[in-house]
Amino acid sequence: MVSQNGAILALDNVSVNFGGLMAVNEFTFTLQKGELAGLIGPNGAGKTTIFNIITGQYEPVRGKVFFKGQDITGWRPDRVACAGIARTFQNIRLFEDLTVLDNVLVSRHSKLKASVLAAALNLPGYINEERVAREKAMELLDRVGLADLANAEAGSLPYGQQRRVEIARALAADPELLLLDEPAAGMNPEETSRLMEFICDVRDKFGLTILLIEHDMKLVMGICERIRVIDYGVSIAEGTPQEIQSDSRVITAYLGEEACEYS
Amino acid sequence: MSDKSRKTILTIILIGFLFVLAWLAERCLDEYVMRVVRTGLIYVIAAVGYNLINGIAGQFSLGPNGFMALGGYMVALLMLPLDQKKFVWFLQPLIWPFNAFSFSKPFFPLAVALGGVAGALGALIVGIPSLRLRGDYLAIATFGFSQIIIVLANNLIPITNGALGIKGIPEYADIYRCLGWAIVAVLIISNLANSSYGRAMKSVRDDEVAAEAMGIPVFRIKLLAFVVSGFFAGVAGGLMASLITTVSPNLFSFSMTFNLLIIIVLGGLGSITGSAVTAFAFALISEVLRFVESPMTIGPIHIPGIAGMRMLVFSLLLVLLMIFYRRGLFGKREISWDWVFARFGKITGKGAEAWSHKTERS
Repeated sequence: MVSQNGAILALDNVSVNFGGLMAVNEFTFTLQKGELAGLIGPNGAGKTTIFNIITGQYEPVRGKVFFKGQDITGWRPDRVACAGIARTFQNIRLFEDLTVLDNVLVSRHSKLKASVLAAALNLPGYINEERVAREKAMELLDRVGLADLANAEAGSLPYGQQRRVEIARALAADPELLLLDEPAAGMNPEETSRLMEFICDVRDKFGLTILLIEHDMKLVMGICERIRVIDYGVSIAEGTPQEIQSDSRVITAYLGEEACEYS
Repeated sequence: MSDKSRKTILTIILIGFLFVLAWLAERCLDEYVMRVVRTGLIYVIAAVGYNLINGIAGQFSLGPNGFMALGGYMVALLMLPLDQKKFVWFLQPLIWPFNAFSFSKPFFPLAVALGGVAGALGALIVGIPSLRLRGDYLAIATFGFSQIIIVLANNLIPITNGALGIKGIPEYADIYRCLGWAIVAVLIISNLANSSYGRAMKSVRDDEVAAEAMGIPVFRIKLLAFVVSGFFAGVAGGLMASLITTVSPNLFSFSMTFNLLIIIVLGGLGSITGSAVTAFAFALISEVLRFVESPMTIGPIHIPGIAGMRMLVFSLLLVLLMIFYRRGLFGKREISWDWVFARFGKITGKGAEAWSHKTERS
């Protein structure tokens, strides 16, 4: 049993296999409240699988997942989301036909108290709630600098902005823990550094705990306070960016020359 | 006056205007044309309901004819006068409780609503197992279930009188009742589609995995869309039973679903007002096109009358639309007051800025 004192998220000896492949093997990990941590590893190491375990997309064959001390193993993804874990996806998954504002509002649906009947008949109780939700969503878009895109169709936006909309949509659910799956994928260096600022900014403004997967070493080393490295589903190192960069196992397994570049 | 209350008042005026129009039509138009108009209004109800599950929630269902059958039989059983019931079920007696009572005319709207409830219950029972499937598999499962309903209608003689059907249903589905139900269907479904629940349905349509990760209970949202759609299919079936005054398994065959599918695809999957307009037009055009089924002589060529030629025209239309205008006549857009203002604004030269890029909301 992993010690959980004050941890917002704890994975306890979690394993998942796909057929004969051990995608994640006895992975143990804790995340303290307010941390900004990174999860790195070569392609196919099992990083996204770990995200999918946390959010309930996959159920681990062994081990448990705790969120704020509560066992959430085997919960359906929507229930996990309502409990306070929001995520983005490696390959952007926006609701492309909806506007940016509607994308954000979808995340607020789970907070809705009005019944279907109230919504279908447009009763005052529902109208009020909808107005409040819209105001909150606009306020959020304003805070993340997307207010002027509120009525644009999400699928028509450029790539970098879609990433930001995806983060905004995740934030709209009022999460305590935010999981970012390769937020800088496909971005140029300039976009990446703006994204770094954005992520730090979001964490401070919203008081979040963030766990991110990233291949861009500049981003990971630049903003993460703690980094966990996995390879072939097994955890191989953990520490501060400096420690990771000088860890010989990590260098041989994954970072290679790139580590020397930044050390 | 706020923008919202102004739109509400305009909507009320429009509804009043439609009823005046119906009153005028009843006085000026002959019985045959009025039947076509009423059929059109019934198609509107079924089509907007069908669009909720297929267009808004993106779940490809092929079941509405089954749910229409449930509504149709429900209304038939409730409205048929007692002596007529004895007369119709001459092979095997009608089962209790339907053999003990029949609704009088003032309760006709209640009977239609109960027909809707029958459709909704049917959708609930069919939806719980089949909505776990996606895409083509869902289509096949819903198709199978609606066929089961039709087969049951053919064989449950103590309830449905089998293939002989039920004759002599009182014709209470007049123009006002049909129009009233059509307005209720369009208003409720467009309210729902534009609400938070509708957004949840659209999110499921666009990306199920992402919707679930954002806290949307995907299965329940699909089931909601399916059940509401089943309700309005039941209502449409009930009104149709009363309009035609008979129900039989043949009336609710798969070609009914096929017609509705043509309507919602032509009108634009996801556009409620598009479906409503197209459904009405479909009923009118398919009457106008009756002439292609009659024998005709073009120059030296004599063509004998071929039944079903109308469907050929619609099928051709569908093929052409799929090639040149894939998103349907309306796409996902709605005819809303914003849209009307914007059109009007263009003419008067002001208020053009009110034309918002996105017209999903009314």
